[in-house]
Amino acid sequence: MASADSKFRSWGRHIRSDATALRVQSRAADLPLPADSTSPLLPYGQGRSYGDSCLNNGGTLLENAGLNHFISFDDESGVISCESGVTLAEILRIAVPRGWFLPVTPGTRYVSVGGAIANDVHGKNHHRAGTFGCHVLRFELLRSDGSRMLCSPDENEQWYRATIGGLGLTGMITRADIQLKPVMNAYLQEETLRFSSLDEFFMLTRDSDASYEYTVAWIDCVAKGKDLGRGAFYRANHHGSASPGQRPKAPRTSIGFPFTPPMSLVNKLSLKAFNEAFYRFQPKRRSRTVHYQPFFYPLDSIQHWNRMYGPKGMLQYQCVLPEDHGKDVFRNMLKTISDSGSGSFLAVLKMFGDIPSPGMMSFPRPGITLALDFPNSPEVMRLLDRLDDMTREAGGAVYPAKDARMSAGAFQEYFPQWREFSEYIDPRFSSSFWRRVTGESST
Amino acid sequence: MKVMIVGACSAIAEATAKRLAERGCELFLVARNADRLQTMADDLQVRGARSATIFTADACDYDAHEPMLQKAIESMGGLDTVLIAHGTLPDQEELQKTWEATAQALNENFLSVVGILTPVANYMEEQGSGTIAVISSVAGDRGRQSNYVYGSAKGAVSIFLQGLRNRLFHSGVNVLTIKPGFVKTPMTADIAGDGFMWAEADDIAEGIIKGIDKGRNVVYLPSFWWVIMTIIKSIPETVFKRLKL
Repeated sequence: MASADSKFRSWGRHIRSDATALRVQSRAADLPLPADSTSPLLPYGQGRSYGDSCLNNGGTLLENAGLNHFISFDDESGVISCESGVTLAEILRIAVPRGWFLPVTPGTRYVSVGGAIANDVHGKNHHRAGTFGCHVLRFELLRSDGSRMLCSPDENEQWYRATIGGLGLTGMITRADIQLKPVMNAYLQEETLRFSSLDEFFMLTRDSDASYEYTVAWIDCVAKGKDLGRGAFYRANHHGSASPGQRPKAPRTSIGFPFTPPMSLVNKLSLKAFNEAFYRFQPKRRSRTVHYQPFFYPLDSIQHWNRMYGPKGMLQYQCVLPEDHGKDVFRNMLKTISDSGSGSFLAVLKMFGDIPSPGMMSFPRPGITLALDFPNSPEVMRLLDRLDDMTREAGGAVYPAKDARMSAGAFQEYFPQWREFSEYIDPRFSSSFWRRVTGESST
Repeated sequence: MKVMIVGACSAIAEATAKRLAERGCELFLVARNADRLQTMADDLQVRGARSATIFTADACDYDAHEPMLQKAIESMGGLDTVLIAHGTLPDQEELQKTWEATAQALNENFLSVVGILTPVANYMEEQGSGTIAVISSVAGDRGRQSNYVYGSAKGAVSIFLQGLRNRLFHSGVNVLTIKPGFVKTPMTADIAGDGFMWAEADDIAEGIIKGIDKGRNVVYLPSFWWVIMTIIKSIPETVFKRLKL
């Protein structure tokens, strides 16, 4: 059995944590257990969560990278069955040429199926398709006592609900069956529309969500005054023709950041320049055919883009605010961010729909969601606390997969069902995140 | 392509098999663990392999070599490529204690390769075409105190392949010697580092397939190892023996 004491970092790169890594050798095998029977366990996939939800400081990480086998794929029904360490990139690689696509995809394809279920990830089609968990037909959960459960909406339903969005705490997912959706080809018909205010964004999203499968916006979070809330709206559908006229190529992966620059390349000056240029570069209106890769995964083509933020790493903040009075809070939030000057290259805005997830602890809920990254600094930490106050006031929530700093009080307010959920946690499982957000009682 | 892979469950072999599967190859997979082989065969068929047949055998079981080859030919209706990827990475200090352990390491890493290649080479010579690709190692380029038993087994493999290449060239059969450097795999998990010197198994797999396609003789993977080993080989023995390598 391979084991190593290693330093682990999550995608935000600002938390270093020590853990013993144990490889899960096969889906039929029992979980590898560390000699120390008090060492807490946590499944570890691709480490693409931004904060500490995929870390287990001082504990053991059970790596699923070796569980990377497909089990079956039915070309007729689009049901794919695979082990939990298979990445979404691998699924796309075999499914797209056969006319099938992921029902829901996050902004990177380099996540494992297990991670996608544990974080109940969402994408640009949340308003039409809900979360990833909505398309998981069933999975097998392996507990530390060696017991196995097949979980689906009809079988061990409570465990199915607890594990989807359950942050890996209910046990190890060994395999899963996922319902893919049919597509004609690898392309999308995309339309870009520049907007100059938040009101325009709200109008665009209201008008587009019924007729477009995918909608998302980039927002300039540095712009102030009359430019506040400007950005670009992207909406798209899968290309409907079996033989699309244009066949734009998928981008090649660039070398990206082969090493970490000594300081963050993201600062007030570069932010202002980037956001201004990016906004100007956006066409007022443009329609085009694009390959699915640049549309869904623009950052996947820049290897190690997270190193751009230098040795101190970055923090990502993603919140959702309920739509009714969320708009005013959102406007206020955006102003607070732009006044701080800390902002981000990539502030993403999206309206979630009302399709419920089966996941007990799932993050998405109807309303407006904003995601942005910040270089790590004490000033940003204070800003994020202020944003949390606003999110709490609006009755919203923050996404655990991206969080590294929310208070226990905030978490317990966002996810009041956490106590009910904790009954399903495997007695030997825990994570840095979970210890942090349940360490103190609700305030 | 009809490919037999021996040591199919090794990380490099599996990564290579996945790439071959995407091309729609027919595959014949040999390893010791039947469950792992079946898991792999199912996976490769989903990925596009036209067929994936499994054969459970220990590479050091010399009686199995001939039936293995016959079964491969029978199940795929022929054979045009063989990849030998089995091996072990023994602890040098342990080997120094007894010659039996050393003999076993030489058996696993060298003699078993000869055992398999003997009927394979005769079959391909008769056929007048094909590729024999074998995973040797940069460790076989020069003996070093830290792993000279493994190194001498791999060095023997490399020299055996030179001779075989010379013999089979005249029958139109290509022999490819693959010399990977450090690769992150379960075999090296106890010693693996994280720097640029350590490659991923899939990068090695890509190099192997390129080497087969292009009919290369010897490939260092990643290719910068050719530079490193050229330097290491050029150090005079009087100097080299004083180094702690």
